[in-house]
Amino acid sequence: MDLTSLTIDAARSAVQERKTTALALAEAHYARIQKEDGQIGAFLTLSKERALEQADRIDRMAAEGKPLPPLGGVPVGIKDVMSTRGLRTTAGSKILEKYIPPYDCTAVAKMEAAGAMVLGKMNCDEFAMGSSNENSAYHPVRNPRDLSRVPGGSSGGSAAAVAADMAVVTLGSDTGGSIRQPASFCGVVGLMPTYGRVSRYGLIAFASSLDHIGPLAKTVKDAAIVLRTIAGRDPMDSTSADVPVPDYVAELEKPVRGMKLGVAKEYFGEGLDDEVRQAVESAIDKLKQLGCEIVPVSLPHTPYAIPTYYLIATAEASANLARYDGVRYSHRARGVKTLSEMYRRSRDEGFGTEVKRRIMLGTYALSAGYYDAYYLKAQKVRTLLTRDFDDAFRQVDAIVTPTSPTAAFRLGEKSNDPLAMYLADIYTVTADLAGIPGISIPCGQTSEKLPIGLQILGKHFDESTILRVAHAYEQA
Amino acid sequence: MKVTDKDVAYVADLANLELTEQERSGMVRDLNSILAYIDRLNELDTSNVPPMAQVSDRYGVDEVKQGSARFAYASREDVLEGLRKSLPHEVALENAPDADEDFFRVPKVIER
Repeated sequence: MDLTSLTIDAARSAVQERKTTALALAEAHYARIQKEDGQIGAFLTLSKERALEQADRIDRMAAEGKPLPPLGGVPVGIKDVMSTRGLRTTAGSKILEKYIPPYDCTAVAKMEAAGAMVLGKMNCDEFAMGSSNENSAYHPVRNPRDLSRVPGGSSGGSAAAVAADMAVVTLGSDTGGSIRQPASFCGVVGLMPTYGRVSRYGLIAFASSLDHIGPLAKTVKDAAIVLRTIAGRDPMDSTSADVPVPDYVAELEKPVRGMKLGVAKEYFGEGLDDEVRQAVESAIDKLKQLGCEIVPVSLPHTPYAIPTYYLIATAEASANLARYDGVRYSHRARGVKTLSEMYRRSRDEGFGTEVKRRIMLGTYALSAGYYDAYYLKAQKVRTLLTRDFDDAFRQVDAIVTPTSPTAAFRLGEKSNDPLAMYLADIYTVTADLAGIPGISIPCGQTSEKLPIGLQILGKHFDESTILRVAHAYEQA
Repeated sequence: MKVTDKDVAYVADLANLELTEQERSGMVRDLNSILAYIDRLNELDTSNVPPMAQVSDRYGVDEVKQGSARFAYASREDVLEGLRKSLPHEVALENAPDADEDFFRVPKVIER
């Protein structure tokens, strides 16, 4: 049995049936990390002691013949924007280089309560700001499918680790596409749940009205198992929704025949790579063969999504990142004489260029004289973008699009042009703004063997439908 | 050019960033390029469109109520340590770059 190519159920049953042990699974994954991660760079911190403690607990349960919890003995990775008690959490930033959180993120606590073994913390763009993982303050991540290419971002480490069999599943976060776009670039499944479906408690905030936690996985079923584990109301996050959580795994097997899938021309326009277009169009044909009805829909405000996103996300970020002041837990510059100098120099030394750029843009958009023209304007266009989806979802059950206009680009290709980098998120940001769920699944590859992703968007709190469509496509 | 050197210096001051000379000139260039792209929002007439601040407004807000009562879904009883125990003093100070037994320590605030 190859211990590093198992799905959640296969890993759990193998431990339950004593064909292997959680300890052996953990060791096999650490061995693989040791061998592969030197060139990929997906992990920032390993948590072997923590993982092995959990392995021991799971192995004792298995030995006693007790039924294992849903993620019993499953090796996972956690994006380094999620707080882990006693385990360094950097958000990919130098400003939190030494930060040891005193509490666990709710999603992580739920994963561990369900038996998952946390192997370590995954590399990411600093404060989840980026589309290529080149903004990590530590080192970039390389795409396991082609080491000269980026894995996407900002959950680049989370996607690369799953693609390279260094973890069975990982948690990532998505503010403008940061789960779905790297999933697409690395050829794995990435699910962004509805806003409010998963608690954000313990997630280091980037843009609070847009931040989502979700899984990156090898299969749609694995993503469904993780969502079932982490979803639900949490009193520690007042924006988490009190909406019943269905059994996503049971829902997967329901038929897709007769389902109406929307295709919006705005997602197939200028800038879409030909090979990506062809792959997505063949995927749509396949869904048609499975009995889905394809319905043209219009999302007319789509061209305004990127400017809206970059105003709202940066405005919220400028407020959220004000807390890094060198007083309570972040880096403090040496040799400072006044409090004001301490704030400035600590932030200057601790933040990278892209983070500073976004704090500047957000502060500008919120500053006196510009608030109405920029921030308020963007909030109004956010309403229009959300209404586009409301209108479309009156006609269809889900919408299918490309996840990204291109396959993975090369390291350095866009790193000197912030606007070009922002446009990499063109098909993903709108779902974040509207708060609807979206999933990216592999749908073929380019002539250079780079993975292509199909995105399926759904109604608020209707992850079941997009998971079901994704599962049907994957199994066909 | 919408954003000038002076604007960048002013905004950096608001954001408690210092920025090197080189960073400032890069910032002038980048902000102008991004804002030029953002200007396309002005093609849309939004005079009758309400702003959207939160997705959770969609499922939680009680539209019949007024003021903060609209957001009752997000409130809870005000109980001491109602959700979790507060962090013990020494744990809260553990990550501080400088602290004594009771407080975070910072450079002198009041100039004489």
